[in-house]
Amino acid sequence: MRNALGSVQTVLVLGGASDIGLAIADRLVGDGARTVVLAGRRPERFEQAAARLRTAGATTVDMVGFDADDTTSHAEVVDKVVAAHGDLDVVIVAFGVLGDQAASEADPAEAVAVARTNFVGPVSILTVVADRLRAQGHGDIVVLSSVAGERVRRANYVYGSTKAGIDAFSQGLASALVGSGVHLLIVRPGFVHTKMTAGIPAAPLSTTAEVVADAAMAGLRRRARVVWAPPALRWAMVAMRHLPTVVFRRLPG
Amino acid sequence: MAVDGGSRKLLTGWGRTAPTAATVVAPAGDDDVRQLLADPPSRGLLARGLGRSYGDVAQNAGGAVLDMTRLSGLVDIDLPGASVTVRAGTSLDTLLRQVVPLGLFVPVSPGTRYVTIGGAIANDIHGKNHHGEGSFCRHVESFTLLTPSGETRKVTPDGDPDLFWATAGGMGLTGIITEATVRMLRVETAYCRVDTDRLPDLDACLDAMQEGDHRYRYSVAWVDLLARGRSMGRSVLTRGDHATVADLPARRRLRPLAYGPRSVATIPPWAPSQLLNPLTVRAFNELWFHKSPRHEVGGIESIPAFFHPLDMVRDWNRVYGRNGFVQYQFVVPFGAEDTVREAMRRLSEQRCPSFLAVLKRFGEQPGLLSFPRPGWTLALDLPAGLTGLAALLGGLDELVVEAGGRVYLAKDSRLRPELLDVMYPALPEWRRIQAEVDPKGVLRSDLARRLGVLAP
Repeated sequence: MRNALGSVQTVLVLGGASDIGLAIADRLVGDGARTVVLAGRRPERFEQAAARLRTAGATTVDMVGFDADDTTSHAEVVDKVVAAHGDLDVVIVAFGVLGDQAASEADPAEAVAVARTNFVGPVSILTVVADRLRAQGHGDIVVLSSVAGERVRRANYVYGSTKAGIDAFSQGLASALVGSGVHLLIVRPGFVHTKMTAGIPAAPLSTTAEVVADAAMAGLRRRARVVWAPPALRWAMVAMRHLPTVVFRRLPG
Repeated sequence: MAVDGGSRKLLTGWGRTAPTAATVVAPAGDDDVRQLLADPPSRGLLARGLGRSYGDVAQNAGGAVLDMTRLSGLVDIDLPGASVTVRAGTSLDTLLRQVVPLGLFVPVSPGTRYVTIGGAIANDIHGKNHHGEGSFCRHVESFTLLTPSGETRKVTPDGDPDLFWATAGGMGLTGIITEATVRMLRVETAYCRVDTDRLPDLDACLDAMQEGDHRYRYSVAWVDLLARGRSMGRSVLTRGDHATVADLPARRRLRPLAYGPRSVATIPPWAPSQLLNPLTVRAFNELWFHKSPRHEVGGIESIPAFFHPLDMVRDWNRVYGRNGFVQYQFVVPFGAEDTVREAMRRLSEQRCPSFLAVLKRFGEQPGLLSFPRPGWTLALDLPAGLTGLAALLGGLDELVVEAGGRVYLAKDSRLRPELLDVMYPALPEWRRIQAEVDPKGVLRSDLARRLGVLAP
C-alpha cells in the first residue's frame, strides 16, 4: 500500500535492465519500498542491479523472466508475481528498443519488430497490469514514453512512432482509470544517456537516468498525468509542435 | 444483500491522502451484515463509519466497505441506570442531541461529534478526560459483534474479556459491531465550567498539568508549535468539568440543558494547498495565544464550544488543499518529558505550519491495541505536502520508540511497518484472538495491509 507520504511497499519493473526503470526503483526503495521484482528477457543478468537495490534497503529482490514480444505469456507473468508478492504498488513499464532506423527502412520485418517490442508489447502488458491494479483498487503505473513521439522526426520515425503510439494509448488508459484508485504517469524524457543510447550523438537538452527518475518521483508524489525530463523540454516541444513542416523537416539530427 | 449491489467509490480518511477504491454497500440491518459476511469478496470487507479517522484504517482497497451509517438510532435509554443502547452507526452528534436534554452526556468525547459508536469502539477513542476516566471502551457495558464465521455474539468485558479487549481498538478487524450499550455521564447542564491558563513555555505547561490535572475531569493544552527558543511550547491550558445549574448565569438557568449545536461555515472544495503556511499559521497562533486569558477561573462554555470547536466549520479538512494532511499523535511514558521536549524542539525548528497541536496526559487502558498508556501525548496536524515530512516524522518515531512509546494507529497513515510490533507488544496476543474469530481472513483494511497488522 502507498502511504500518505508516497512511500510504497512493492515495485515491479518491466524491463529490469532499463537504467531509468532501475533509477526509479532505487528511489522508491530509498523512500521505503522493501520488495522489488525485476522482469526481463534475461533475468540472470539482473544480479548487479539486484545487489544495488539490496544495498539501498530492499529486503526482497526477485528476478523473473518476461518477454515483451510474447504477449500470450503476459497475464501469466503478472499472475505469478502477484501470487508471490501480493499487491503491486508501482509498476514501471520501462522496456523498449531503439532499433536501427536504416535497417527498418530497408526491411519491413525489422520495422515490425521494433513496433512489436515498443508498442504491441506495452499495449498488452499495460492491459494486463491495469486490470490487476483496478481489481486491487490502488496502485501506480509509470510508462516511459519519449519526446521522440511528441513530433516524430525523419531521423528516427520508426522508434518515434512507437512512442507516439504508446503515449497516446497511455493517455487513454489514464483517463479510463480515473476513479479506480489506480494512477498512471507518463514520463517523457528527452535524449537520455543510457545503455540504449550509448554511442549516439546527444541531442540538445540531453539528460541522465537520474534526472528522469527524479522527475518520475515528483510526478508520482503529486499524482501527475505527464512529466517531462528535463522539465524545460515541455516548453521546447510546445514550440516544436507548432513549427511548419517545411522548417521542422530541415532541423538537424 | 450482496456486495455486487454496491458501487465502486474512491475513499480516503479525514486527512484526504492515499485514496483507494472499494465497493461500498450500506447495510440496513443485522441481516444484511450477516449476508455480506457470509459471502465476502476475495479482497474481504470492512465496516466504515463517518470517515473521521485521519489515515487508511477505514479503507479496504479492491474489497467491500460497509457504510454503517444507516444502522443509526437509539434502541433503548435506561435513565435511572444512566446508560443507552444504540445501533453502531449512530453518530455522537445524533446521540447527544437526544440525550443531553435528558441530562446525559457521553462518557468520553473526542474532538468531533461526527464519529459513530462503532468507530468509537473500534478505535477505542479518548478525550480530554483520559487521565481520569480512560477511553471509550472502559464505559461500554456490552456490544453485539457479528463475526465472519456467522456468529452473533454479545460481548461483555467480564463474559469474554479476550474478544472484548481485542475488539476495543481492534480497528474493525475482529467482526462487525452492530449495537452497543454505553454507560453515560449524568450532567445538570449543557455547559462546562472552565479554568484557563496561558503558559509561557513547555516546562510551565508540563508542571501545571502534572501538578493540577487530577483536580479536573477534563484537561488539554493547546501548544503553539511555531514558538521557538525561550517560548518553545508556550500553550493555553484549559481544564474543567460539567457546570452545575448553580454555576450558570441567571439567564441560562431557565433551560440549563438546552443543546442545539450548529455549524457556522464550510471550507469549499477548491481551497488552495498553500492556505496554511508558516506565515498564516504564525498569525493564527499569535492571535489564539493572546486572545486567551492569562488566568481565568470558572468561565462558562457550551458543550460544543468546549468539546467540539472544529465542528463549527464543516469540511475543515479541506483547509489543507488537495495534498491533504497527516495527523501525528504519540504517547510516551511519564518520566520521558525529555522526549516530548526534543520532539517539540524538532517540530518548532522545522517551522511546521501546525495550528492544531495538543498535549495531554493519559491514564491506564486495557485494550490490546488501544493507543493510550500512562504518559504524555502530543497530537498535531501537518500538511502532507510539507518538504522533509517523511524524514521528520520517521525521526520522531525513533525517539518515541526509544522512550517506550507508540503512535496512534487510528490516525496513522505513514508509520514504518517494522515499528508496529515494537510499539504494540500485545500484537501477537491480539493476532491469536483475531485469527480465532476470523480464520479465513475476511476482515481486511488498507492499514492492516500497509503495516502488516494481521497474522501472515
